[in-house]
Amino acid sequence: MILLTIEKKLKGAEGDFTLNIDENIVKGDFIGIYGKSGIGKTTLLQMLSGLEKPTNGRIVVDGEIWFDSSKKINIPVQKRSIGYVFQNDVLFPNMTVLQNLRFALTAHQKKYFLEELIEVMELKALLNFNSQQLSGGQKQRVSLARALVQKPKLLLLDEPLSALDIEMRQRLQQFIAKVHKKYQLTILIVSHDPLELYQLVGNVWQLNNGTISAKGTPKEVLPLDLYRL
Amino acid sequence: MMFLSNFNWQPLFLTTKLAFATTLILVIFGIPIAYALAFTKNKLKPVFEALVGMPLVLPPTVIGFYFLIAFSPSHGLGKWLNDIFNIQLVFSFSGLVLASIIYSLPFMVQPIQNGLQNLPKNLPEAAYVLGKSKWQTFWRVLLPNCQNSILTGMVLTFAHTIGEFGVVLMVGGSIPNKTQVVSSVIYEQVEALNYGTAHTYSAILLAISFLVLVVVYSLSKYNNCYLRRNN
Repeated sequence: MILLTIEKKLKGAEGDFTLNIDENIVKGDFIGIYGKSGIGKTTLLQMLSGLEKPTNGRIVVDGEIWFDSSKKINIPVQKRSIGYVFQNDVLFPNMTVLQNLRFALTAHQKKYFLEELIEVMELKALLNFNSQQLSGGQKQRVSLARALVQKPKLLLLDEPLSALDIEMRQRLQQFIAKVHKKYQLTILIVSHDPLELYQLVGNVWQLNNGTISAKGTPKEVLPLDLYRL
Repeated sequence: MMFLSNFNWQPLFLTTKLAFATTLILVIFGIPIAYALAFTKNKLKPVFEALVGMPLVLPPTVIGFYFLIAFSPSHGLGKWLNDIFNIQLVFSFSGLVLASIIYSLPFMVQPIQNGLQNLPKNLPEAAYVLGKSKWQTFWRVLLPNCQNSILTGMVLTFAHTIGEFGVVLMVGGSIPNKTQVVSSVIYEQVEALNYGTAHTYSAILLAISFLVLVVVYSLSKYNNCYLRRNN
């Protein structure tokens, strides 16, 4: 269970505003975050990961306090059990696919889960490739696998499919759905694509004016005319 | 080849030794300085950058002059070094190395700083979210991905040190076998109207400088290709 009560002052295109989020996330939830550009979707993921600090509030994950402004607790990003897939490809260019995956292992972690992931994500043929030799879809598939190596409590996906063509996007959606089901992951995904959210997530948070203006299943939250697009 | 039998190799040897020492010491200190400048959020960053870049715009004689004042054994820091550690930097090879380090600092720091700043912002973050410390991220991710910038910095520093004249003349005084480098020999040979010897030394410096620039431009071409592939 993730208890999330955060407040963050942000600068938007239409002036300063405060992002206010007060939500609980149940283990295994797959939540889509939807909304206009600059509304704070990425900032929300960064605050959960520890890459950004909320102005005020609390983040408690399975009873462990990750952030509490009143108690001045702010667990650094390195100590939070998260997986993060960025919008752009950030595989380490100096490493092969296998080295990227091994780099993600913790000091005492056994390799068997890595081997399983390589199997599940169908990466065997790519292991010795350098990241520059991979297609956009392959890069994001490796990024997703790398984010899962440490079995994170929370997987954060920041528009991971936005730069891909439709075919690659659908293939990667299948992989995301597969790992969510197989490992019962708690996932937050930022997306501009209603169709994608329809296919992947159980719940959508629509951000508007610095808060969650609507939440529910994709069908409830996302307008039908958008879905038809 | 006859003229080479009488050729004094000592200044060339000393110049190369000075260039190697300066490059080696600067790569050790330049990388952390470049890292700090690349990632600092301090409001005084332009001031620090200006300090590092000063040797680019200052006449070498100004640096040499202040070095002489600072390390003169008769007062201040120079006197303290002399009295306590028996170290005299003025007119010594160690002094030349220290002056060269200050004079070539921007040639090492700026390419590495640019290399680090040109890396995608998310690259270190991608390592942090995997639990890697800043130190691990620096060694395993950032440095290997800007090794061409480091090489460029090293090559430029080496070449710049070889070509130094004003600073080494003022700080070292062109003492044969001790602080006499090629550039000062050329000056002295021209003054003595020994154009043949001056020409030999000049041709060697010309060849070295040309080769160094070919290396730098080859590296920068490789860097550009690398960036194009990744955009």
